[in-house]
Amino acid sequence: MITAEGLTRRFGPTTALDGFDLDVPAGTVHGLLGPNGAGKTTAVRILTTLLRPDSGRARVAGHDVVREADRVRARIGLVGQQAAVDEQLSGRQNLEMFGRLHHLGAARARGRAAELLDRFDLAEAADRPAGRYSGGMRRRLDLATGLLTDPAVLFLDEPTTGLDPRARTEVWRTIRALAAGGATVLLTTQYLEEADQLADALTVIDRGRVVAAGTADELKGRLGDDHLDVVVRDPDRLGEAAALLARIGDGEPRVDPDRRLASVPVRDRVAALTEAARQLADRGLEAEDLGVRRPTLDEVFLALTVRSAA
Amino acid sequence: MTAYWMVSDSWILTRRTLLHWRNQPAQLLLGLLFPVMVLLMFAYLFGGAMVVPGGGDYREFLLPGMFALTMAFGLENTYTAVAADAQRGVTDRFRTMPISAASVVTGRSLADMLNAAVSLAVLIACGLAVGWRWHHGIGDALLAVALLLLLRYALLWLGIWLALTAGKPETLMAVQILVWPLAFLSSVFTAPETMPAWLGTIAAWNPLSATAGATRELFGNPGWTGPVWPAVVWPLVLLAVFGPLAVRRYRRLT
Repeated sequence: MITAEGLTRRFGPTTALDGFDLDVPAGTVHGLLGPNGAGKTTAVRILTTLLRPDSGRARVAGHDVVREADRVRARIGLVGQQAAVDEQLSGRQNLEMFGRLHHLGAARARGRAAELLDRFDLAEAADRPAGRYSGGMRRRLDLATGLLTDPAVLFLDEPTTGLDPRARTEVWRTIRALAAGGATVLLTTQYLEEADQLADALTVIDRGRVVAAGTADELKGRLGDDHLDVVVRDPDRLGEAAALLARIGDGEPRVDPDRRLASVPVRDRVAALTEAARQLADRGLEAEDLGVRRPTLDEVFLALTVRSAA
Repeated sequence: MTAYWMVSDSWILTRRTLLHWRNQPAQLLLGLLFPVMVLLMFAYLFGGAMVVPGGGDYREFLLPGMFALTMAFGLENTYTAVAADAQRGVTDRFRTMPISAASVVTGRSLADMLNAAVSLAVLIACGLAVGWRWHHGIGDALLAVALLLLLRYALLWLGIWLALTAGKPETLMAVQILVWPLAFLSSVFTAPETMPAWLGTIAAWNPLSATAGATRELFGNPGWTGPVWPAVVWPLVLLAVFGPLAVRRYRRLT
């Protein structure tokens, strides 16, 4: 649904995008991750026809973003970093105006506005100026505006930046519902948890280049095995726990006396966990916590972007 | 079909500004009252000390200048509206929608011209109230009004271009600092022959003076008057320069 090959864009001496590739199948949520200034927004601006690439090609919903920009525009919705709504108009007036500009016709624009106001919990505030909405409400209005035409492809550029955790959860719920409804979504974010929660697949970019692509699990898998962690109650028995883990795990155990934690890499998650639980119980070794932990996406992200900077 | 949508889109965008006025009437009223305040200030506060070269009533001299000045101040409305849209991402949203650049700028210019017509009407009414009159018949008076609106229309494009180039509503202050000396360094409040020679020359060449002079002539008001043609040529030059620049700036894919 979205493909890009070798997109490059320079701004003066800076190369914002440097041979960027992307492939997002229809009906999936794709996360575009990268630190500040990595080129995420540049990529989104090219894919949404706002910016021309210096070289490379991209197709969205079956159309070339440069040569068939009008056709692309008819099929996409964009929700940018700020809430792009008219603050002097009410929520309803905003939706009706943008609906009419999408050529829905007056009656349909009105109907669609009412429908979206309901769906985004804005019905009560519908006739207040958008300038008096809270950040979360404005963002929801912005999302609703992006969905007026049921776009085949939705671009969300850091949709939860600056939102409080509650508003963020609301936006996540909306994105999940959209994906369940069959929309293709490209989401850029700096929040790894957000990508982990929402995206089917991820592309990590840094300095305009793709440094990794795959599912969140694949990316985490690259960083090595899962770890089996035990936190013991009695600090004196930490050594005993470490010795126990050494027999179960697939590597050298690591001990952190401050946290009373012993940890060992494991390949078979379930077998290692059940074995550890059984042996701890047999020895009467009381554990405060016991679990298998994957490397977090944060660890993956740091490793990837540090590597590319070196 | 394309032409139909262009007209329809332009009208929807014009209506957007009308809705702003309905939602926030205070803002519109303040905008209309400001030139009235300046008029009263110059008519009654400074007016007594003003002498019109060649004789004549100062208020008769002042009003055509005030009309031209109000058209120039309109630039600030255009600037604020366009810069706010650009900064909030509303312009980007328009540009990712299947509507033409022409509709977006036409909608803006129609709304601003409506605003200009209303503020001109208010100021003409105030002028009549303080004793200003036109003396050459309705035909010449209407031509004068047309010249004033032409100036506003030309400056509108300068406003769009400035806003898209500078791009932030906060820089309005900078635009005001630019507009005010330009507006005062003209024949709006005083005749250029009362200024030092070099300053008078600049003031006489100011596009604002061209319109103020031509409208004084057409209304039959005293003081620094001039022919109609500079009041047509100046706006057309501004339009020819800033019209294409503004459209290019809007379409720019950066």
